[in-house]
Amino acid sequence: MRWLWVLILLLPGLASAYEAPPLATNQQAEARLKALAVELRCLVCQNQTLADSNAPLAEDLRREVREMIAKDMSDREIIDFLVSRYGDFVLYRPPWKLTTTLLWVGPFLLLGVGATGLVFALRRRQKKLTDVTLSEAEHNRVAQLLSEGVRRP
Amino acid sequence: MNRFLIPFGLFIVVVGFLAVGLTLNPRELPSPLVGKAAPEFSLPQLHDPGKIISSSDLKGKVWLLNFWASWCGGCKDEHPVLIHLAQSGEVPIYGMDYKDQRDEALAWLKEWGNPYQVVAVDAPGRVGIDYGVYGVPETYVIDKQGVIRYKQIGPLREDILKGKILPLVKELQNQ
Repeated sequence: MRWLWVLILLLPGLASAYEAPPLATNQQAEARLKALAVELRCLVCQNQTLADSNAPLAEDLRREVREMIAKDMSDREIIDFLVSRYGDFVLYRPPWKLTTTLLWVGPFLLLGVGATGLVFALRRRQKKLTDVTLSEAEHNRVAQLLSEGVRRP
Repeated sequence: MNRFLIPFGLFIVVVGFLAVGLTLNPRELPSPLVGKAAPEFSLPQLHDPGKIISSSDLKGKVWLLNFWASWCGGCKDEHPVLIHLAQSGEVPIYGMDYKDQRDEALAWLKEWGNPYQVVAVDAPGRVGIDYGVYGVPETYVIDKQGVIRYKQIGPLREDILKGKILPLVKELQNQ
């Protein structure tokens, strides 16, 4: 009788013979896909990332990226795969190149121009203020006015 | 008077930039594939799924590869242009049925006419990704060595055909 119980207790062991998909690595893969997909542009709806877009092409590209992750390709390789097909436009962060210099430097250039303009404007305004010298009597009157306020009739 | 001159000048510059920006088409992206070898493919044919059409079979001649689908509106717009080109016989056109249903694609060609020598079937859209397709129709000019020489994004028009594609095809055929 006892051996029967042992056998029954061992039965669930058979069930585990099927290899469960390793959840941890899958989650890791999904996390990588997510991290990559927010850096990549959907080419159909151009102001959405690959992660946001429901366009069929975006779905296909996510599938493609998923497969490349499964093949253990590095992020660099995956991005190169997409750039070689769709150009730098797929990247939300364009690379630093001769053609993108203005894009990267432009804002700082504008900031510089603005700051210089501000400095010049302030200097000019300061020059307009003429120096005023007060006599002793005027000084006393100012002190009096400040302490008493204006006497109203 | 002078104090308004600088802001006005800046305003004109900004307007200039915006005016140029408005005339640009954001859908026309420069393809990194122009000047590179056309990605290889080997796919079943639409009219005869038992047969394979392979890009390597087409080496040695100049040909057009046109990505289309029965669900695509722009494809119908350009269709008369393709039919016209096919009738002129100046350059062979090969079709790539992109993410489509076989019966719908066949019905579409039956209704509107078939300008293609052979139509390859790219149901999962993988060859489309290899070619950097992001919206059908797209058309590629491929030379005798199998190098992509031109990419047309969006529907073909007679003026594009006459102005750009046919002169390029002539030049490539004479090489």
